[in-house]
Amino acid sequence: MKQAVSYAKYSRFRSLLKSKDIRTCITQQYSSESTKNEPPQDDIGENMCDEKYPGHRPTNLFQKVLLTAGSAGMSLFDPSRGDMIATLGDVTAESALRYMKTKMEQDPVGKQILREKPEINTRTVSIDYLGNLPSNTFGKEYWRFLSRHGFSPDARLPVHYVDDPDLVYIMLRYRQCHDLFHTILGMKPNMLGECVVKWVESLQTGLPMCTAGALFGPLRLGPKHREKYMTSYLPWAIRNGQNSKMLMCVYYEKQWERDLQELREELNIEPPPEIPYPDLD
Amino acid sequence: MAASMSRCKLRILLKKYDNRHVLKLLSNSYTVESGYQNNGSSKKKTHFGFQSVTEEEKEEKVYSVFKNVADKYDLMNDAMSGGIHRLWKDHFIRRLNPKQGTKLIDVAGGTGDIAFRFLKYACTENNGNLNDFDFTSDFSAEDFEMPDFESEQLLGNQEHTSHVTVCDINQSMLEVGQGRASQAGINQGISWLKGNAESLPVQDNTFDAYTIAFGIRNCTHIDKVVEEAYRVLKPGGRFMCLEFSRVPNPLIRRVYDEYSFQVIPVLGQILASDWDSYKYLVESIRQFPCQEDFKTLIQTCGFSAVTYENLTFGVVAIHSGFKL
Repeated sequence: MKQAVSYAKYSRFRSLLKSKDIRTCITQQYSSESTKNEPPQDDIGENMCDEKYPGHRPTNLFQKVLLTAGSAGMSLFDPSRGDMIATLGDVTAESALRYMKTKMEQDPVGKQILREKPEINTRTVSIDYLGNLPSNTFGKEYWRFLSRHGFSPDARLPVHYVDDPDLVYIMLRYRQCHDLFHTILGMKPNMLGECVVKWVESLQTGLPMCTAGALFGPLRLGPKHREKYMTSYLPWAIRNGQNSKMLMCVYYEKQWERDLQELREELNIEPPPEIPYPDLD
Repeated sequence: MAASMSRCKLRILLKKYDNRHVLKLLSNSYTVESGYQNNGSSKKKTHFGFQSVTEEEKEEKVYSVFKNVADKYDLMNDAMSGGIHRLWKDHFIRRLNPKQGTKLIDVAGGTGDIAFRFLKYACTENNGNLNDFDFTSDFSAEDFEMPDFESEQLLGNQEHTSHVTVCDINQSMLEVGQGRASQAGINQGISWLKGNAESLPVQDNTFDAYTIAFGIRNCTHIDKVVEEAYRVLKPGGRFMCLEFSRVPNPLIRRVYDEYSFQVIPVLGQILASDWDSYKYLVESIRQFPCQEDFKTLIQTCGFSAVTYENLTFGVVAIHSGFKL
């Protein structure tokens, strides 16, 4: 049995009927009710606390397994998907990154790198400056590597799936130094060169993605490259991976003007089996 | 006369809402009025997935999500739903049951799934037998042949040809749809319109039917979208919405939530290199009102005979209303 509506209420309601407010009221009420189900404003920040650094994507074990399998499969299926290799690296890196951190902390230059956290991108290093360096320098060789193949130091993807914020910088540094490893080892970015670099990285860092790349990458080599790989490149890679100084403990930003050969000797790296860019610019 | 009309309307409204509700509405109305007087330039906050953003930001963010996912949109739909989204869309069109000569506007219909199904359904002679709707293999130019009229009649008698206007705010999605249409050889009975669902660039009382499939939850103001739908439909026109909704069964809801939050962003990263967009998409599903609340909203915007139907345990719901 409905209660009678008082005249005051009725007259106010009549004016409502004439305006569109009634719909606004109801939808406002709906929207105000639905906001009760949302986490309150203050808690939104706390939800984001699951993210430990900008760009962090928290994942549980099940998601890590899925990502590992999916990214490994996709990178074999479509090798141009560099982001899949990066994802595979991120997801599987935890224990290797701890090992790398320990080793870097034992080395004075490594410790300095961990403290200062330098980054290699076009904001911190000028490509033109590198191009103007003398021909036998490390910086000029790096410039040659970038300009021959159209690479940019900015193209390295940020780290997303490493959960410990202390290890994020190490993963980022590893990614940014990959091209520098190519330069210092004298390897081109073809499949043969990549396999060699992956062997050296795997022996020095223990990253599972590098080990997988070193073991499975050679399966894709053509006959000529496979022969070179088996006879000279593979033994060279293993020797240098084991004997050379840890490449992650080199402050590359301070080495641009160093003579390349001298730097290699200091790091205990043999000259490569073949000179990558024989025609000097 | 006017007074008795108002009393009549009041009685109808009071039947819907009891006293407590009426008082709440009245108090809300005063809050709304004073709100407008005091701060005309306040930035209203809304949700973008589980984040809180301003309304302007939401529109931009949603635009960039769909710009990023456009190329892989269809592949991801198949991967995420195991192809079931095709069955949902087939069933949606069967429920709409368009006759030949229907003028449809499909809003947020960028890549054309609903539009192509509509054209096939409306142009098919034998409307009763529509089992095979796999559009990738079955859609061909013959499916879209218009009825065999005399040419003069055809020129003068546009009312007898079915037509769909695909409207989307996002240019990338429209381009994917146009590409699919030309690949399938569909070149008549369809037009493409860039526009915002909250203010359609269309005149009043134009369309026989309005559909929006998996698009409305991305709009900033759902009520405005439904109001616009009311405006552009002819009297007697039908509004239909296919959208993710609330799963009533708690066990199934748990499985569905785990799948959504754990697997879908991973699939997004692997197939489309885009974790963030797919994380937004699964969060936006949770922010959308449940079946009953959405039904009430549609009724409030003026539609009658509003019903809903759950598909796949309530993962998806079809809401329908008529402009009477």
